[in-house]
Amino acid sequence: MAVHIPYIDKPNPVTGVTNAKLGIWLFLASEVMLFGALFSALITLRLGVSDWPHGYDVLNVPLATVNTVVLIFSSVTVVMAWAALKMHNLKQFKTYMSLTLLMSFIFLGIKAVEYGKKFSHGISPATSNFYAIYFVITGLHGLHILGGIIVNAYLLGPGSHMWKSEPERFTGRIECAGLYWHFVDLVWIFLFPILYLL
Amino acid sequence: MSHHEMPFWKKYIFSTDHKVIGLQYGITATFFLLFGFFLMILMRWQLAYPGVEIPLIGKALTETGALTPELYNALGAMHGTIMIFLGVVPMGVGAFGNYLVPLQVGACDMAFPKLNMMSYWVYFVGGVIMMMSFLMPGGAAASGWTSYPPLSVISNNAQTVWLLSMVFLITSSLLGSVNTIVTAIQLRAKGLNFMRWPIHVWAQVTTAFLLLLAFPPLEGAAILQLADRVFGSSFFLPSGLVVSGEKLGVAGGGNPLLWQHLFWFLAHPEVYVLILPAVGVVCEIVTTNCRKPFYGYKTMVYSILFLGFMSFVVWAHHMFMTGMGVTLSSFFQATTMIISIPSVIILTTILLTLWGASIRFTVPMLFAMAFLPMFAIGGLTGLPLGLTASDIHLHDTYYVIGHFHYVVAPGTLFALMGGVYYWYPKFSGRHMNEFLGKLHFWVSFVAINFVFMPMFLMGSKGVSRRMYDQTQYSYGASTQSWNVVMSTAAFVLLLAQIPFIWNMFTAWKTGKKVQNDNPWEATTLEWAASSPPPHENFPTPVEVYRNPYSYSATTRKVLPQFIPQEG
Repeated sequence: MAVHIPYIDKPNPVTGVTNAKLGIWLFLASEVMLFGALFSALITLRLGVSDWPHGYDVLNVPLATVNTVVLIFSSVTVVMAWAALKMHNLKQFKTYMSLTLLMSFIFLGIKAVEYGKKFSHGISPATSNFYAIYFVITGLHGLHILGGIIVNAYLLGPGSHMWKSEPERFTGRIECAGLYWHFVDLVWIFLFPILYLL
Repeated sequence: MSHHEMPFWKKYIFSTDHKVIGLQYGITATFFLLFGFFLMILMRWQLAYPGVEIPLIGKALTETGALTPELYNALGAMHGTIMIFLGVVPMGVGAFGNYLVPLQVGACDMAFPKLNMMSYWVYFVGGVIMMMSFLMPGGAAASGWTSYPPLSVISNNAQTVWLLSMVFLITSSLLGSVNTIVTAIQLRAKGLNFMRWPIHVWAQVTTAFLLLLAFPPLEGAAILQLADRVFGSSFFLPSGLVVSGEKLGVAGGGNPLLWQHLFWFLAHPEVYVLILPAVGVVCEIVTTNCRKPFYGYKTMVYSILFLGFMSFVVWAHHMFMTGMGVTLSSFFQATTMIISIPSVIILTTILLTLWGASIRFTVPMLFAMAFLPMFAIGGLTGLPLGLTASDIHLHDTYYVIGHFHYVVAPGTLFALMGGVYYWYPKFSGRHMNEFLGKLHFWVSFVAINFVFMPMFLMGSKGVSRRMYDQTQYSYGASTQSWNVVMSTAAFVLLLAQIPFIWNMFTAWKTGKKVQNDNPWEATTLEWAASSPPPHENFPTPVEVYRNPYSYSATTRKVLPQFIPQEG
């Protein structure tokens, strides 16, 4: 029943990209606007009050630093996973993708510890606008991580059957998932200094 | 390949075919447009006859049978929300964009058919949630379609439902716009380079970019307002806010203007989201019925692109009265004056296309031609609002309502109705009834001007747009008689839609059959497909040989894009 849509595995010779790749870049553009709006909200709120705390005084910088390293490492492994497919090595792909997933779970675990410590001290979004924007931005970022985990786990598990039937299309999917993952990583690279180090 | 074995639910309910999804969007949006209109009829009764019981249904709504001020506020907020987010945008972008863009670029479907189905159903769920807010204790959201804090943050629980629904509607728009852009760029037929796109495709793609980039900030803002309402943060609540004589127990330090900036960063591009698909539709109808090439195709394309770009830097002209400072106001005043230039160019090119044409006065053409002066009135009355000095007097009055309704109602909606008449043969293989169409047009055209023209007068007298009963004030009482005229006209306008709806449903089975696949002798690719188009649109791939809107220089005969030149 499926309609035959062109350029799902091979790039359009005129534009040089597949449909999915153009789509994911457009989606990421809209994500930039989403996080951009939240960062501008942070700037506006910060400029509006005199008693905005320094992130390094109230947030756990060592844990966040570990998380930064974890995320950057996962960005490397997700590229390696894609490169493995390019070299037609499914086994290596699975290793690197599993590593990526492991890193994402470690990230979320550390995040949960951080949140738990705040909650146990009675700190919530209602405490002050600094914590409110901290919880909203890191929370939304956490949801993006969770979304990435679901996609990556699918591509590692049941989704990988496509490798046998349509290897090029599958490699394209991994590339798109990787682009998304890099974006989520990049958001953290902005978020970490702005929230924790300033 | 045969597609007849598909079960009903797969073919018409959970379909991935862009044509079915387009029609689903169209039917759902028509329902919401009528519903939103009906809410306004209730409000117009109250405005014309303040405190008088509403005939027939009044007792079912309130104890006294007349609208209460609270219900009036809720209806106002829901009218705006439903018309814009559930009516006009799904009609212009969802229905026309979905149905026509793949056909006009010669594609077999949208680039991501499953995603397409998902965007419709996410929109549907968002609509259901929005309707459910009427059932909330305390009534529907009542903070205006703009949901300005602090009012929206401290108002009843329906506001939370409103925000949730918006998150769904925004998500649906985002998915849809990615799909439209990728389809138009990637799936073009052979020979269809960008400068051969029909203007409607340019308009839809620009609109999709506006939705893609302007909607996320509103999503962000909606998340912040949800946090304020659900988790007790104070993003939009300043320190020391007093509600009903008591200091609000929140941390404070927030900024209500932050919401306005984030909201209008979406909502100004949104105005162009409403108008651009309509411009595209009008261009298609006008060129076909003028029997001559479009005047200034490239000028038109660049104007649309410039308009789209500029729409991102004019948002704060909605906020001149918030005390944001002269420097900022001057900047946004200047950009607002600049954005009127491409708008005027767009109108001028269409007008010059009419020049010296042998016009066919078909029903769609009547609507398209009515669009021009109506959009012009709407646009020109916007200038005094964009200038800071005159805005001081006109801000938040009926003048504003008159201005944007001229753009959206007799502007966009007329164009889209024209589009329905124009592409109906493509949807169904049959024509709509011409007499009913002309009846619909002329009554609507006269009535709608009696609804909106007096608003300019009332606004210049200073009548506030949110007034429940303006006769309480002497300056309001002096223009009250106009309210009766406007409300009567609004009711006539509602009646005038009956022949349209009737026509739309009956013509599906009984309308005059089209003689061939290109009954209007149009030039663009959708007319190369049969009417209605089969499952994959074009049995054999189409090829494009020339610019759209071409006519032979010697014989003056139409030269469709999809037919190779003979001789």
